[in-house]
Amino acid sequence: MAIEVRIPTILRTYTGGEKAVDATGATLSALIDDLEANHPGIKERLLDAKEDGTSDLRRFVNVYVNDEDVRFTGGLETALSDGDQIVVLPAVAGGRA
Amino acid sequence: MLRLDQATYDAIVAHAKQDHPDEACGIVAGAEGSDLPTRHVPMINAAGSPTFYEFDSTELLALYKEMWDRDEEPVVIYHSHTATEAYPSRTDIGLANEPGAHYVLVSTAEHGNSEGPVEFRSYRIIDGVVTEEDVSVVDVLTATELH
Repeated sequence: MAIEVRIPTILRTYTGGEKAVDATGATLSALIDDLEANHPGIKERLLDAKEDGTSDLRRFVNVYVNDEDVRFTGGLETALSDGDQIVVLPAVAGGRA
Repeated sequence: MLRLDQATYDAIVAHAKQDHPDEACGIVAGAEGSDLPTRHVPMINAAGSPTFYEFDSTELLALYKEMWDRDEEPVVIYHSHTATEAYPSRTDIGLANEPGAHYVLVSTAEHGNSEGPVEFRSYRIIDGVVTEEDVSVVDVLTATELH
């Protein structure tokens, strides 16, 4: 089962410059573990460890499954199927504060 | 150096003045690898704040998909500071994730929504290091202007 993951410019150092890579997983969480196995270091750029030992998506990283922001579809527990299209995009944000 | 045509420069300044006192934000897309900012795309500041800006996540995806379809990239990423100088804040630096882009800051602190000059400056922000660069505004942007 292969799911295409679109990698943003800033994270292509982990994918040997590839703009998109294939990964597998029944959930987004499992898919990120699979990404990490093949592209070590990428997981830490996507997830933030919380105090209770669990992780969550970083506040300024957006992940979309078939064009839906996963924050609205169950976050890391979002279910995935073969052929899904995943896009990772860092937020474009900033400001005086 | 950032080279920008007058019409795009004026459009960015107008956007910043219009949204003052909130921060305005947007991009200027251009052909991949060209370093030519040709297509101004004003974005909505989803934070709607005088001290923070963030592209709406749905609009962000739509914008990037459009750029991929057109073989474009964000050549310029701009936002305004409405009470402080046009220099990247610690937040701006921490969240700068497009190493190939020119980060433009416009300060509307002096004249707000009114007529009058603004501070318009451009930076490279790579791995947390800020390097200011000259801004050259030309009548018409052509590839030959680059050399």
